[in-house]
Amino acid sequence: MDITPQPDAPPSAPAPADPQVIQRIEEGAEFRGLRRAFRGFAFPLTVAFIAWYLLYVLLSSYAPGFMGTTVVGHINVALVMGLLQFVTTFVIAWLYSRHAARRLDPPATAIREAAQ
Amino acid sequence: MSADTLLAASAATEHRGLTITLFSVFVLITLGITVWAGRQTKDATDFYAGGRSFSGFQNGLAISGDYMSAASFLGIAGAIALFGYDGFLYSIGFLVAWLVALLLVAEPLRNSGRYTMADVLAFRMRQRPVRTAAGISTIVVSIFYLLAQMVGAGSLVALLLGVTGDAPKQWTIVGVGALMVLYVAIGGMKGTTWVQIVKAVMLIAGTLLITILVLAKYHFNPSTLLGAASDASGKGSAFLEPGLKYGVSGTTKLDFISLAVALVLGTAGLPHILVRFYTVPTARAARKSVIWAIGIIGGFYLMTLALGFGAAALVGPEAIKTSNAAGNTAAPLLAQEVGGGAGSTGGAILLAVISAVAFATILAVVAGLTLASSASFAHDLWANVIRRGKAGEKEEVGAAKIAAVVIGAVAILLSIFADKLNAAALVALAFAVAASANLPTLLYSLFWKRFTTTGAVCSIYGGLAVSVLLVVFSPVVSGKPTSLFPGSDFAWFPLENPGLVSIPVGFLLGWLGTLLSKEAADPAKYAELEVRSLTGLGAH
Repeated sequence: MDITPQPDAPPSAPAPADPQVIQRIEEGAEFRGLRRAFRGFAFPLTVAFIAWYLLYVLLSSYAPGFMGTTVVGHINVALVMGLLQFVTTFVIAWLYSRHAARRLDPPATAIREAAQ
Repeated sequence: MSADTLLAASAATEHRGLTITLFSVFVLITLGITVWAGRQTKDATDFYAGGRSFSGFQNGLAISGDYMSAASFLGIAGAIALFGYDGFLYSIGFLVAWLVALLLVAEPLRNSGRYTMADVLAFRMRQRPVRTAAGISTIVVSIFYLLAQMVGAGSLVALLLGVTGDAPKQWTIVGVGALMVLYVAIGGMKGTTWVQIVKAVMLIAGTLLITILVLAKYHFNPSTLLGAASDASGKGSAFLEPGLKYGVSGTTKLDFISLAVALVLGTAGLPHILVRFYTVPTARAARKSVIWAIGIIGGFYLMTLALGFGAAALVGPEAIKTSNAAGNTAAPLLAQEVGGGAGSTGGAILLAVISAVAFATILAVVAGLTLASSASFAHDLWANVIRRGKAGEKEEVGAAKIAAVVIGAVAILLSIFADKLNAAALVALAFAVAASANLPTLLYSLFWKRFTTTGAVCSIYGGLAVSVLLVVFSPVVSGKPTSLFPGSDFAWFPLENPGLVSIPVGFLLGWLGTLLSKEAADPAKYAELEVRSLTGLGAH
């Protein structure tokens, strides 16, 4: 981790990396597996939570009758749906951190250590 | 002035001394921290990134302190108190947005960037054009956000201290501006982070206290609280359903959807939030800090439900509107009520505590914004574009400190002249610009192999220009009694929030710019970014 500025390179230019090392990692099975494990988890989940959020937004705007249905006491569907957004956010955060600890951190550490 | 306002003003005068004392204690403590942090700040990594020495939990608190602005504390509680359920819609967008940061942005950014958002945007690209664009959009977004906070601070102080007239407002703005410049120029990222941590703890403790006191009045049964709130609102069960604020017409519904999209996509493009990920040592710690932030911010927004509905039930919408038409004083008034009511010692103490928390909230947020924008000026525009990488580390940090002073002065001047602008609209606009100008380039850079410099430049400038222009021609600026220029009408764009149009335009321009440009993307650079961002190889 070199933080001294080099006179010829912009101070913020990425630390020089050996293109051959990068290429070897990028073509390796371990890195490809890591990329698959990351994208295969993060991308579908992003689509899912955005769709679920938009469903909630659209119901709030265009289905007031449904959202106003009483569930129990003064608690209606709108409040339950809103609180469910909180629940799904917490659950997705927990699922991702578990997935990352199991499937992303070990290969990332292995690749990094092998290269250094 | 009505009798009620006089009453509120005299109540405010009683606790003024206490509020000022509490707030002075906060300022003294944070200035002490700042001086201490300044002594620990030796190099650029200390100044920009707090030496990357914070833990995931500490950074999670600081992110929460950076994110939970006075708009969310006072604004959301007030919106719930006046509009019921529709006020709650804001907080859901603000929270869900963190999943974009968690799943797609935080770790790759931490692994491949160094000090600013532009580090990642320009990684694969020609440095000067992309850094210029990203630096400009960082400064524009931060200044919009800064204006919202400072204009809010001015009117807030007038309300909480019960003073009237322009002079106290302007002195407040000058004072807030001077403090934020001191925090940033002396304490750098270390000082700013600790100010945000202290503020987050104060805000959570204050909100928790009021929430418990409110719920205790209803035997900890939320349904009873909701019933009391809808009874007191005069709107019946409609108060607990969506639609009071945004369900009025087809246009307000579209406006709400536009706002919802801007909120959920804007957070992960806010430069002052993104630079927080550089303050931790690893991508794993960046992930942990987002997880903590989601927990803290989520818990806080759940408590604003109790605050908002509690204010509706216990203070009542009439008294809230008399004090401030937008509802911004609902939370402080509620604190006074649950402390024993106006005139009681308990009420005066709680009112003073919550007012001091509100000031602390504003200070911590403006400091974060000033740091992010001056860092981007020094690191992106000065060191890389103007000096073409020939500036040393000392010169760069010096430029950042000067930039903090200049940005502070500009923000003070603009805030004084722009105090008619609606603070909430400014914040929503900052989110829309961030989602239109920054997020597309950030995601394309990280995940689209073919993305080019032309695509990045088109997307940043295009998203920025379209979102700002649509606001200029929206009811925010003209055509309505609440507009900046109520006398004239050139508002041909019907929505107050431009996100629904400008965000797709930002993504589209990035794609078109890439397809139409003659240059091809450098596959080796993309491979390097991908390897670095996923593995942390060569991370700073």
